[in-house]
Amino acid sequence: MTLFAFFNNLPSLLVVVPLMMAPIAALIPISQLAWAATLLATAVSFIAAVLLHMLTGAGARVTYYLGNWAPPWGIEFVVDSATSFVLMVITALGFVVTLFARRSLASEINNGDLGKAYGAWLLAIGGLSGLVLTADAFNLFVFLEISALASITLIALGAGRVRRSLIAAYNYLIIGAVGATFYVIGVGFIYAMTGSLNMADLAERLPDVANSTVIYVGFGFMVAGILVKAAVFPVHIWLPSAYSYAPSAVSTLLAAIATKAAIYVLARIVFTIFAGVPDLTIAAMNWVIIPLSLAGIFTGTILAIYESDIKKLLAHSSVAQIGYITLGIGVATTQSLTASFIHIGNHALMKGGLFMAVGGFFYALGQRVTVYNIVGMGRRMPITATAFLICGLSLIGLPLTAGFISKLYLVRALLDDQALVIVGLVLLSSALSLIYLWKIVEVMWSNNPAYNDRDFTEQPALYIPLWMLAGANIWFGIDSSFIVKGAEAAARALGGGL
Amino acid sequence: MIMAFLSSMMSVQTGMLIGLLTPLVVALLVPILAVRSNWRDAIGPIGAVVTLAGAIRVAGAVFNGEDATLFIVSFAKGLDFVFTVNPLGAIFGLVASGLWILAAIYSVGYMRGNHEHHQTRFAAFYAVAVHAAMAIAWSGNLMVLFIFYEILTFSTYPLVTHKDSRLARNAGRLYMGILVGSSVMLLLPAVIFVWVTTGSLDFVPGGILAGKISGTTASWLLALFVFGIGKAAVMPMHRWLPAAMVAPTPVSALLHAVAVVKAGVFTLLSVVVYIFGIDFLAETGASDWLVWLASFTILAASLVAMTKDDLKARLAYSTISQLSYIVLGAAIASQIAAQGAALHIVMHAAGKITLFFCAGAIYVRAHLTKISQLDGLGREMPYLFGAFFLGALSIIGIPPLGGSWSKFYMMVGAADRGLIFVLFVLGLSSLLNIYYLLEPLQRAFFRPPSGDVKIEKHPLTVIPPVVTAALSVALFFFVDIFAGFTRLMFG
Repeated sequence: MTLFAFFNNLPSLLVVVPLMMAPIAALIPISQLAWAATLLATAVSFIAAVLLHMLTGAGARVTYYLGNWAPPWGIEFVVDSATSFVLMVITALGFVVTLFARRSLASEINNGDLGKAYGAWLLAIGGLSGLVLTADAFNLFVFLEISALASITLIALGAGRVRRSLIAAYNYLIIGAVGATFYVIGVGFIYAMTGSLNMADLAERLPDVANSTVIYVGFGFMVAGILVKAAVFPVHIWLPSAYSYAPSAVSTLLAAIATKAAIYVLARIVFTIFAGVPDLTIAAMNWVIIPLSLAGIFTGTILAIYESDIKKLLAHSSVAQIGYITLGIGVATTQSLTASFIHIGNHALMKGGLFMAVGGFFYALGQRVTVYNIVGMGRRMPITATAFLICGLSLIGLPLTAGFISKLYLVRALLDDQALVIVGLVLLSSALSLIYLWKIVEVMWSNNPAYNDRDFTEQPALYIPLWMLAGANIWFGIDSSFIVKGAEAAARALGGGL
Repeated sequence: MIMAFLSSMMSVQTGMLIGLLTPLVVALLVPILAVRSNWRDAIGPIGAVVTLAGAIRVAGAVFNGEDATLFIVSFAKGLDFVFTVNPLGAIFGLVASGLWILAAIYSVGYMRGNHEHHQTRFAAFYAVAVHAAMAIAWSGNLMVLFIFYEILTFSTYPLVTHKDSRLARNAGRLYMGILVGSSVMLLLPAVIFVWVTTGSLDFVPGGILAGKISGTTASWLLALFVFGIGKAAVMPMHRWLPAAMVAPTPVSALLHAVAVVKAGVFTLLSVVVYIFGIDFLAETGASDWLVWLASFTILAASLVAMTKDDLKARLAYSTISQLSYIVLGAAIASQIAAQGAALHIVMHAAGKITLFFCAGAIYVRAHLTKISQLDGLGREMPYLFGAFFLGALSIIGIPPLGGSWSKFYMMVGAADRGLIFVLFVLGLSSLLNIYYLLEPLQRAFFRPPSGDVKIEKHPLTVIPPVVTAALSVALFFFVDIFAGFTRLMFG
């Protein structure tokens, strides 16, 4: 096989390697080996994603026909700068969180279930990668279900320690299924009108049949279904309990990457499939996505302010942060899309780090982490707490952290678009987010006599991956060129028609 | 002679690196040397001297018109992470690093004399705050300035809440809430607006906004800056400053009388001189409203100060009032008034740090915080109250003390622009100052002692205020060192 042929097959590796490794990991009886197999698969995926990013960085596209069936009949994987950027975020975080999972998962789920957990873990990552890669609207539904069912399994595995994770998983199952069904109904309508499922092909055919209620309804169903998956307000209700009752490593994985893939799909639907029907998409942006994003930003922030359970607080904050990303998509300029992509990467870094740190506290405390029992943890677990602080400061956008770059580009894009009211709301919410972070920070370094005679040893297996993310938050806050260039290329590739 | 020696020792860039990095190195060394408290406490003053050497080298270069630029990395197209020293920044750098030497010595005496807990953490964050102040002084553009403005807020939070009490925590919330809230909601959009409008955030003599925006827009933009820069404590954004007085006095002295609040007015002055441009503001009248607001703050804060019996609270309101002198100097929109504002950064720093040093020393030595408790203590602590007298005279603006120059410049500027009422405001404010700053002295020297107060000896808390008081006198005679810089401000 020549080198060129190898590069042509890269897209398939991202799906095939995790999906193939999943049953193997599930069948390995020794959990350490299952973990090693998982780590290997995520590492290979990450390398493949980095290579793809290098190939597509200059605006090139890589296509892959599954089983050599040419589109529009066969399934096609398309990788452009936008795809490869999101893939890189997913696989990078997948790898780092897998590093973290060995200690964390082993302490939070029954030993006999560990193999199955790693199997589901790989299915989730592979499914999300496929979701991003595929250029076929129906195939997208398949990957949506693979990743969703795997995530639900992972959440439910927390039931050994926290019974409520069963209810959380069930909620996600029902609401997620409704979302997926909506999406597939929408695809049905579109297919009925155009006779095609390939995205590029759909984009060509749709303008001819655009003036039809069927198309409007189909578009509505597709977008509504994906909004559920992306946890956009008000259909985010599955997210807070799913994130907070799942095992720590699972929360971290889901918070870092799960909704990002769905947000990417939302952008694909609007900017690729329906690119030729601007009346429809512009109306959807102005009347649905922008208002819902703003509502989500404020609901998430305010609920986080009043929450005392830290995992749940972070989950509410995720709803708000998703709002910033979808806001950039809704404003629909090349600059605002750039801001969205920057935040897709940066939010994965900061929220991944925060959930990991909470996992570290949970490991040491042996009970749910709240603002009451975190008092004094800054002194007892300085390595974990400092990383938590760094990621938290990044979350609220302190300069020299990645979060500041996100805020800077989002506000600049909004000001450039003369959206002054939205700028005001975004900045207000950003200032409010200081409150929920600070109520944790201000007690963390207080004196807590209750912990004076307890021994908290910090595990390198938990804090090394955590510090990889905390370090990345600082690195990309000082030299943001890598993420910004990737995001600019992604925005150009995705919103070429803007 | 010092200048020639330093020039031969290091290049300008090295001087900048030394000035910026030494405080950080101190912050890192403090926890490492914490096992030996003498070593840990020696590193602060030593680092401060090194930092001042760097600042002097850089200031000399700026005075001679040399280029003082230090490039770190590029943020985005046309926006670099870069340090460039302009005359105004050179002044602020000298003030921050020079007074740090005395504050570091004082801090050792105060923290030890008071048996404060967590002295290592305190010393480390203190140095980080100085680093942020130096970086603000030498920032190459508005974005870099904003970055370190925020870092200064966050690095001083552990110092404000040092006592770890409910009171301290509530003060910390107010501190963070006002300073971070205003900077995120008002200052940041103002900065980005300038960036989007002009495509640049560089500090250029004469400004970069002239011709790009209308006079009305300029008024609104200036309002975003004035209220966004909460550290300048223009009313109604001033509440954080009295709240921050819960911090140990070395923090109130160096940070909340010099580094933090001067960073605020320095930012505002830089924005007025290098982003708007004095001429642009004078032509459009975009800063006329600010003359009124600053005048109001000057008088209102003085009136509040008169009602405070707590010495630090009174000094805090006096600071609010004095900061608005600098804001006023910027708002008058004449070159001579802006020069006066820049001079006042220096003069007020020397005077006010003296007063805070004295307040803290009185607390450490006699455990008194209220002005009404000071009766008859003048004879017990003659050096302290002598220093207090000189510092107070400088702030009131009486020759031969430094503070008289900056007021004189501002009055000339106001008369120049035909703002006669400003002369009345400044005169009235001086009268109020005389009342509330000299009252403690009147009590200490002319009233009989009330009961017995035990006085302890802590020489490290007495020497610094005596030195800074002498500095206030010296600044009257050697004002031209700084006035020379202010003349270079406009290119």
